[in-house]
Amino acid sequence: MAAQASKLKVSQVGAVTQVEFVDRNILDESNIQQIGDEICALVDEQPTPLVLIRFGNVEHLSSAALGALITINNRIKGKDGKLRLSEIDPQIREVFAITKLDKIFLIFDDADEAMSSFG
Amino acid sequence: MNSHGSDPPPAQGPFERRVDVPYRELDIEGLQSEIASQLAERRYPREGVFAIRLAIEEALVNAYRHGNRCDAGKRVSFACRIDDEAARFEVGDQGPGFDIDSVPDPTDEENLEVPSGRGLLLMREYMTAVEFVAPGNLVRMHYLRDAT
Repeated sequence: MAAQASKLKVSQVGAVTQVEFVDRNILDESNIQQIGDEICALVDEQPTPLVLIRFGNVEHLSSAALGALITINNRIKGKDGKLRLSEIDPQIREVFAITKLDKIFLIFDDADEAMSSFG
Repeated sequence: MNSHGSDPPPAQGPFERRVDVPYRELDIEGLQSEIASQLAERRYPREGVFAIRLAIEEALVNAYRHGNRCDAGKRVSFACRIDDEAARFEVGDQGPGFDIDSVPDPTDEENLEVPSGRGLLLMREYMTAVEFVAPGNLVRMHYLRDAT
């Protein structure tokens, strides 16, 4: 059976793993499962993961995607790593505010600012 | 006969869609695209299209996940009626229903890091009204186009 095409664009910038999404909509259950698994695999590869997830390409996101982000965040915290989010569309940012997840995620307007925050 | 080329176009009739299929046969993306284009034609605001898309997704996924206990062979029903005033939706599942008051508040401090349980909150926040019909396996919701 052929492997599924990756839903992510991953790049290593210094010590930080940057992740971007191929799809504009992160809604579909099976896609979210795949995205979550791919990012968790990246986290597992590193002793102290530093991860920046960039949302510049994303137009829609569901609560299942938020759940995947929480799972990723918990896994990164469990390894004393750091997760940052950046370039989130204002409408999606509102979803983070409504769910109060802006309290547990560090969200930055641009990637440079997010990269500086890793220290 | 007083028909002229400059006459305004006739009022557009409502768009209606009804689907009742096993979840695995449901084309959510196709349904969403069709609804989004109907909303755009009827001049729903961009934030309205975003809200409706999100609420439909959450309702359908809840029906599958919580109502039908992730059994993709069980049926999910979907009905909508969109006109120039409102977009109305119904989503049903084959589950036993649930008590809405028993659902924990995902915004409570102790629930913030729990990965699930935000769908209902988002539906209620983004739609004008959301109602669960007893025993809780049918949700009705609507969005008023000109509500601010």
